[in-house]
Amino acid sequence: MSLPVFALAQQRTTVPVRIDEDKCIADKGCTVCVDVCPLDVLAIDLTKGKAYMAFDECWYCMPCEKDCPTGAVQVDIPYLLR
Amino acid sequence: MNTIEHFVDVLVIGGGTAGPMAAVKAKQANPALRVLLLEKANVKRSGAISMGMDGLNNAVIPGHATPEQYVREITAANDGIVNQKTVMAYAQNSFAMIEELDRWGVKFEKDETGDFAVKKVHHMGSYVLPMPEGHDIKKVLYRQLKKTRVEITNRLVATRLITGEDGRIAGTFAFDCRTGEFHVVRAKSVVLATGAAGRLGLPASGYLFGTYENPTNAGDGYSMAFHAGAELSGIECFQINPLIKDYNGPACAYVTGPFGGYTTNSKGERFIECDYWSGQMMLEFQRELAGGNGPVFLKLDHLAPETISTIETILHTNERPSRGRFHAGRGTDYRERMVEMHISEIGLCSGHSASGVWVDEHAATTVAGLFAAGDLACVPHNYMLGAFVYGKFAGESAARHALEHEHAKVDVGQIETERNRVLAPLLREAGLPPAQVEYKLRRMVNDYLQPPKVTRKMEIGLERFEGIRHDLEQLSARNPHELMRAMEVYAIRDCAEMAARASLFRTESRWGLYHARVDFPERNDAEWLVHVQTHKNERGDMACFKRALEPAVITMNEADKAAYHQLRIPASQPAAERIPA
Repeated sequence: MSLPVFALAQQRTTVPVRIDEDKCIADKGCTVCVDVCPLDVLAIDLTKGKAYMAFDECWYCMPCEKDCPTGAVQVDIPYLLR
Repeated sequence: MNTIEHFVDVLVIGGGTAGPMAAVKAKQANPALRVLLLEKANVKRSGAISMGMDGLNNAVIPGHATPEQYVREITAANDGIVNQKTVMAYAQNSFAMIEELDRWGVKFEKDETGDFAVKKVHHMGSYVLPMPEGHDIKKVLYRQLKKTRVEITNRLVATRLITGEDGRIAGTFAFDCRTGEFHVVRAKSVVLATGAAGRLGLPASGYLFGTYENPTNAGDGYSMAFHAGAELSGIECFQINPLIKDYNGPACAYVTGPFGGYTTNSKGERFIECDYWSGQMMLEFQRELAGGNGPVFLKLDHLAPETISTIETILHTNERPSRGRFHAGRGTDYRERMVEMHISEIGLCSGHSASGVWVDEHAATTVAGLFAAGDLACVPHNYMLGAFVYGKFAGESAARHALEHEHAKVDVGQIETERNRVLAPLLREAGLPPAQVEYKLRRMVNDYLQPPKVTRKMEIGLERFEGIRHDLEQLSARNPHELMRAMEVYAIRDCAEMAARASLFRTESRWGLYHARVDFPERNDAEWLVHVQTHKNERGDMACFKRALEPAVITMNEADKAAYHQLRIPASQPAAERIPA
C-alpha cells in the first residue's frame, strides 16, 4: 500500500463570513463589504466576480452584513466561540 | 517598491473616535491648514465604535452632576492616581461636547420634557446617558469630515513616528496594507489616536481576533509613542472587563442596570454594590468566580417581557449586534436564563482604566508637537465622550502648534532604516508566519501577566518576550495584508514588555484586580501615591520612573477616598463559608 501524498501542512478553517453568490454583485463593481471591514479580511474573487473571506480574522462586528446593498453577506459567530 | 511622500500641516493617525474629532477641530480652528486623517482600515467603519455606541458612560450634565463631583468619583475609582487637571478639563467640556454632538445629529435619550435622561450606574454620581439609537455615530462623524474638507487616506498602517533632529515630531512612516507601498508623511504636528492595545492577552476561546476591543487596535500607538521618546503612564493598571462568557461583548449592566438587571453569583444573589467597571469591582468578580459561588451571571429573568424586549433592541442592534446571534446559538433567552459571564483577557486602555500615553490638559504628550487622544491617551476612565473631548483638545492644540512651527528637519538615514525594517518580512521567502508568533506571544502574556501578578512569573515573561524579539527578525509575510499582521506583532510585543516592566516596578497592590500583586498584597500610599511612567531612556532601553502627582484640584476627604474600597455586599451566609478577602 502506498502512502498518500499531501502538500505541506495547510490548516483548514471554517470562516465566519459567508457570501450568497447569487445575491453578490461584486461583478457589477460593488466592493462595499471589502471597503468597510475594519480588519480588511474580505476580498473579491476576480475570476468569479464574487466577494469571499480571504483571512479568518473576524471580529463579527457586522458592517459587511449591514452595509451590503443586496443582503448577500451573513456573519456567523466563529466556531470556536459558538 | 515605491516610497510615497506627503507633506501636510496636521497629521491625525487613527480615524475611529478621537481621530475624526481631532481632524475636524484642527480644520475648524484654521481652515487654511492641510489636515490629513490617516486610517488603517476605513474611516467609515473603523475603531471601537465601528457599529455605534449604546450610551455615554461619563456624561457630566448640569442638574445631574458637576465637574467637581465627577473628578472626585474618578479619583476614587482610580485609587488616587489621576492627574486631576486632565479629568477636570474633560468634565468641564463634557456637556458642551454632548450639545455639539446633539446638534450634529447624534441621538441621545431624552425624557418627555426634552431633558437628557441620565441614569445612575457609578458608585457616587449619575453620569450614564443611554443612546438607544446610537448606531449612526460613525456616519455623523463622516459627514463632519466631509463638510470641513479633511483629507482622508484609508488602509495606511502607521509604523513609527518620525522625530526631527531637534527632537520635535516630524510625521510618520506608514505602508499600504493592500499594495505594500511605503509612505513617508511629513507633518508639523501629529495627533495620535490609534485606540487601545486590545490584542495583548489571548481570549480564552483561543480565537486571536475575539478580543473585547476592536482587534485592529493592536497597541500600535503605544509602541509608536514609546519609540518616539514619549512618556507612557499607568501601564500597570491593566484593562480587564466583565464580559459574556465566550462572547467578547460586555454583559452590559450599564444598559440593563437602569432597567433592573444586575450581576449575581450562581445562587442568584447580588455580591457587588455597584456595577461600574473598576479594578476593585473586578477583584470581587474574580473572587466570586474563583470561590464556590461562581460562575457569575447577568440576571434579567425577573424582568417584565416588554422590558426585556427593550433591552434586546438596545443590546442586539447597536454596539455589538452579533450578540443576539451568539445567544440564539446557545439557546439563551434573557426571559428564562441568566447570562453566564467571565473575565476578559488583559489589555491597555485608558478609556476603561488608565494605561496610556501621558498627556496634559491640552492633550500634549512629552514630545513637542505630538498630541494624543482617545483610548490610548492617559486620562483615566475617559470612555467615548472623553475621546471626543480630548480629540477636540488635541486637534486645536495641533492646529496651534502647526501655525507656530515649520516642518522639523529629518535625518534621511531614519527613513531608510524604517523602510528596511517594515518591508523585510515581504522579502523573506521562508520564515515565521505572523499568526503563529502572535499566538505564542499572547499566550505568554496570559501565562505570565494575567492578574493576580506574581513577581517571578513576570520576570520569566520578560525573558520570553525578549526571546520573541529575536523571532521578529524571522517574520515572513506572503502579502501586504500579512505584513500588517507582522507589524502589529512588533507593537504587541512592545506592549507586553511595557506591561511587565511597569507591573514589576510598582511594588504594591492597587486598583483591585488590575494590579493585584501576590508578593506585595497591600496598598502602600507612602511610597506609591505616584504615577509610574514608562519610557525609552538615554541608552535606548525601556525603563520606568516615578512621577509625582500634580497638585490636587479637588480635595478628597477620607470617605471619598474609600468609596470604592468596599464594593462587596456583606454576605448573609455564615462567616465560615465566605470567600477570604
